[in-house]
Amino acid sequence: MTQQFYVSPEQLMKDRADFARKGIARGRSVVVISCRDGIALVAENASPSLHKIGEIYDKIAFAAVGKYNEFESLRQAGVRYADVRGYSYDREDVTARGLASVYAQSLGAVFTAEQKPFEVELAVAEVGQIQEADHLYRLTFDGSIADEHGFIVMGGQADKVSEAVAAGWQGELDFAGAIRLALAGLVADKETTTLPVSALEVAVLDRGSESGRGTRRAFRRLEDPDIVALLAEEK
Amino acid sequence: MQETTANRVAANATSSFTEHLQRERPDLMPFGQVRFNQLPAAHPAAPLQAPHGTTIVAMTYAGGVLMAGDRRATMGNVIASRHIEKVFPADQYSVLGIAGTAGIALDITRLFQVELEHYEKIEGTLLSLDGKANRLGAMVRGNLPMAMQGLAVVPLFAGFDRPAGFGRLFSYDVTGGRYEEQEHHAVGSGSMFARGALKKLWRPGLSEQDAVAVAVEALYDAADDDSATGGPDPVRQLWPVVYIVNRTGAFRVPDRDLAAVAGRVIESRAVAQREA
Repeated sequence: MTQQFYVSPEQLMKDRADFARKGIARGRSVVVISCRDGIALVAENASPSLHKIGEIYDKIAFAAVGKYNEFESLRQAGVRYADVRGYSYDREDVTARGLASVYAQSLGAVFTAEQKPFEVELAVAEVGQIQEADHLYRLTFDGSIADEHGFIVMGGQADKVSEAVAAGWQGELDFAGAIRLALAGLVADKETTTLPVSALEVAVLDRGSESGRGTRRAFRRLEDPDIVALLAEEK
Repeated sequence: MQETTANRVAANATSSFTEHLQRERPDLMPFGQVRFNQLPAAHPAAPLQAPHGTTIVAMTYAGGVLMAGDRRATMGNVIASRHIEKVFPADQYSVLGIAGTAGIALDITRLFQVELEHYEKIEGTLLSLDGKANRLGAMVRGNLPMAMQGLAVVPLFAGFDRPAGFGRLFSYDVTGGRYEEQEHHAVGSGSMFARGALKKLWRPGLSEQDAVAVAVEALYDAADDDSATGGPDPVRQLWPVVYIVNRTGAFRVPDRDLAAVAGRVIESRAVAQREA
C-alpha cells in the first residue's frame, strides 16, 4: 500500500478553487440585469440548442457558465426541485431563495467531498411585482451564495464586462436598454464593438407576463428575429 | 454485476415528472399508493361517498377544438358544489376536462399540468399531442385500483395538433384506453343527453361563436334530463366553463360572453313554450 503525501487542508481547498476558477474563466460571459420591465438574461453562446439560460419556474430563471454537463445537471435538478415543491405545496411557495440555498448546499458538498469541484458559476433570478422585489443570487463553485443588487456578470473576463455594465446600469432601463447594455458589456473584452445576433442567447423574465400575455410563466426566450426587432427600437 | 456510473446516470435521466415523483416522493402521487393485493377482499357495504363531477362536452370547429363543462359536483343525491370547475388548460395548446371522483380528478389534472410543463422545461420543446394523450392515458391507468373501489376518473382531452394544423379529441376508459374521437364527444353522467344534442346541433366547419353556442346548448340539454348536471344559473350568475384551443393557444371564453349565449338558449326555449 502506498503512503499518501500529506497535503494541508488550506492547500487542498486552494488547489481546488484555482482549478474551478480556471475552468470558469475559459468560457464566455453571461450577464443578468434587473430592469424596469423585468430581468434580462444575456449570454454569449454560439449554439442555438445547448442553452446556458433556462426556465426553472413561473418567476424564476437560471443562468450558468462553465462546464455544460455540470450546470445542465444542476439546472435539471433545480427544475425537479421547483416542480416537486410547487406540486406538494403551492406554486407561490417556490422561491428563488429556497432554490439558491439548495444549489449552495449541493455545490458546497461537491466542492468538499467529490474528486473534483464543479467548474460552474450560477445565477438564480426571480422577478417580482415591483423592481425592489427582484432577487438575484450568485452561486459559486464552492457553494458560496451572494445576494446581488441590479446585475450579475459571470464567466470569461468577468471583471472587464462587469465594469462596463456597472457604468451603464440604472433601474429605469427597459428590456431593449438592458439588452443593449449587456451587449456593450459582452464586447468589453473584445476587439470588436458588436456581436452577431446568432452568437447570442437572450431570455427575459417578464414582470408583466400576467397582465400582458395572460400567463403566470414569466420566462420567455427571445429568438434571433425578436432580438433584432427589440434592438432596432428607438433608444 | 456492478452497475456502471454511465448506466446509473442514464437510468436516472427522465423528462417525466410523474416518474420522478414515483421514484422520489411516492407519497405525493394521487394514485398508485394502494396495490391490488392490498385492496380489501370484499366490496365495502356502502360505496365511499365523495363528490363526483359530471358532464363534459368537446367538439372540433373550423379553427380548432372547444371543451365545455357544467359547474356541478354531486355526492349521492346532494349537490356537493355549484361552483366547481372541471375544464382546465393542460398547457399552451391543450385542455382537459374531467368526470368522475372530483378529488382524484383534480389531483390528476394538477399532476398532468406539471408533467407537461416539466417536460417542456427539461427538454426545451413541447411534447407532441399524441405524447400528451398517452401520458394522460397512463395516469388514468394508474388510477385503476381506485377505480375498482368506485373512485373512477374519466377525462376528456383536446388539443391543437400544431404540425398537422387542426384540433383533435381523445376520450379514455377507466383502464387507460385512449380513443381518438371525431367531430364531437361527451363524458360524464349527462353525456348521453349531451351527445344526442351534439348530434343534432354540430355541423362541419362551425365558427367559434357557433361552437360555443352549441356547447352551451348541449350542456343545457344534459342538465335538463340529468339531475347531476347543472344548467346555467342566472340567479348566481354561474355559466359553464368553456375553453377554446386554436393555433394561437388555449383561451377561456369570458363569463359575459357565456351569459349572453346561455341567455339566448334559455330565451329560445322559453319562447317556444313547449316541453323543451
